[in-house]
Amino acid sequence: MYRFNDFDEAFLRDRVSRFRAQVERRIDGSLTEDEFKPLRLMNGLYLQLHAYMLRVAIPYGTLNSAQMRQLAHIAERWDKGYGHFTTRQNIQFNWPRLRDVPDMLDALADVGMHAIQTSGNTIRNVTADHFAGAAADEIADPRPVAELLRQWSTDHPQFQFLPRKFKIAVSGSRHDRAVTRAHDIGLEIVEKDGEIGYRVIVGGGLGRTPMIGKVLRDFLPQDDLLPYTEAVVSVWNLLGRRDNKYKSRIKITVHEHGIAEIARLVEEEFQQIRPGFAGLDRDFLSHIEHFFAAPALSEKSTAPNDAAYETDPVFRAWADTNLAAHRHPDHAIVTVSLKKHGGTPGDATAGQMRVLADLAERYGHDELRISHEQNVILPHVHKADLPAVHAALKAADLATANVGLVSDIIACPGMDYCSLATARSIPIAQQIATRFENLKVEHDVGLLKIKISGCINACGHHHVGHIGILGLDRAGVENYQVTLGGDHTETATIGERAGPGFSADEIIPAIERLVLGYLDLRESRDETFLQAYRRLGPAPFKALLYPEAKADAA
Amino acid sequence: MPRPFTPKVVTANRLLEGDAVWRTRDGDWSPDMAQAELIEDARTAELRLLEAAAEAHLVVGAYLADAARGETRPEPVHFREAFRTRGPSNYAHGKQTDMQEKT
Repeated sequence: MYRFNDFDEAFLRDRVSRFRAQVERRIDGSLTEDEFKPLRLMNGLYLQLHAYMLRVAIPYGTLNSAQMRQLAHIAERWDKGYGHFTTRQNIQFNWPRLRDVPDMLDALADVGMHAIQTSGNTIRNVTADHFAGAAADEIADPRPVAELLRQWSTDHPQFQFLPRKFKIAVSGSRHDRAVTRAHDIGLEIVEKDGEIGYRVIVGGGLGRTPMIGKVLRDFLPQDDLLPYTEAVVSVWNLLGRRDNKYKSRIKITVHEHGIAEIARLVEEEFQQIRPGFAGLDRDFLSHIEHFFAAPALSEKSTAPNDAAYETDPVFRAWADTNLAAHRHPDHAIVTVSLKKHGGTPGDATAGQMRVLADLAERYGHDELRISHEQNVILPHVHKADLPAVHAALKAADLATANVGLVSDIIACPGMDYCSLATARSIPIAQQIATRFENLKVEHDVGLLKIKISGCINACGHHHVGHIGILGLDRAGVENYQVTLGGDHTETATIGERAGPGFSADEIIPAIERLVLGYLDLRESRDETFLQAYRRLGPAPFKALLYPEAKADAA
Repeated sequence: MPRPFTPKVVTANRLLEGDAVWRTRDGDWSPDMAQAELIEDARTAELRLLEAAAEAHLVVGAYLADAARGETRPEPVHFREAFRTRGPSNYAHGKQTDMQEKT
């Protein structure tokens, strides 16, 4: 993975020392809160319902063991012994004290990490496929490009005061695991006549006005990536609305001006700025690519895996749900579920982080990934080592076999922490997971993506959940609206609202009726919830959610 | 006819710790909403908010929150304000434990 050079190191230290001085000036009264707030946000520090929150970037979700150990150390020394992994592949610490934050940032800088541009109207943490460099269906590793974009966008003088935040995701596989179609810019690595290039998708996003991104360029040659991306952001920077924050994102700009006009303007800007890059970006990309060289995979017998699979039903259940195909047939991609039934989606204790770091170091070529689905990935594990990895995970309470199932729920922090939230999301996720664990049906139900947001801003990606749940405040009471048929992959779809919302007491039974009812609707075990929904349309699913409406109509 | 005034409390987050606090009758900031001054008219509410704004060295983002007159103490009206008196529901963190430790 990318290692910081002296320039990066000096830049980070300087930034921390400036923030340290800013914190002091806030505390001694030299800075007002109005002056301080944009400065703390530029450094990832929010003030939430019960405490400050520090959001730390994990670029394209990639970590090594030393970095994971440092996150554990920070969680223990300055927080309450845990961290929360988010849908932007970041980690959030929920309880820092203002005076400690510069020390936390220095501790992050010790391992080449920071919290820069995890907030504010800037280009945010660039996300990527969490199986990058390992997936069997990969065309090329998306991380070198993501790292190039990270360096280009960090402290970019032209893009520090954008109309609004700006999110970029990169996928390098045929299957989109990076939700590229719900990003301001989604980049898909594609191959045409043996040449690698990018499909550039623009104007996707969730939130108040959810939209699926549109293709701006079907095939952009590799060498043009950076000037072209800069042209897109520049065009939006000028055109994007600053009069109304609900209309400021590029999805609205694309919607208002039309994709053809945006394409024309981008092309004009691109032709103008392209000569200025003079190939430096291309040379730098090939420099970065060296850092992402594939690990030297070991050759040994997979017999221990085969034996465990035959004899240990607990291992088998875990292997069946939590492993994905690696490009090397003797290896596997391990997804470690942070969705223990009844736990908080995306939370890991300091002790668990250390176990993950140890496993990465011992069995996983020192690599860890954070997925936007709030799980942790060991991308390169030899199959012979899977029983040992599983045993260690089990001992650390990390062996939940539920990846892709009902209880593998995305949930934003909601009103348990977030000051923007309109309702809680964590308790809903906990109750759904616990309920289906008790029913013992989730393996029978199969692939099902439930995604929960505690407000319209949609950090929990509810619009693209097969079942989406949105928590709202209806006349001073928590209320949960259900959307159906959403899809976050290469066939991305915005879910449709099913009908009136449910109270906190009603939502769990409603989801239970919906999921159990689907078992009767599906054609076979192979037909997923989403496939059944697409085949049958919303009516039978709405009837499951609202049985009384059906009775009234009869 | 003017609408009846909903009683208010002044609340904010502490600058250093970030935790929720309420303004007391003595003009201090307490982590316990029970200690808050219940304000029953609009003019006093406006004045108290101005006083709070002058204490930016202690607190951040002071605002008026609706409150109800309980048996012995002001009580939150909205669930968001109720959560602020307790802490998150997924862990025994925040006031629900901090307050017990102090008593």
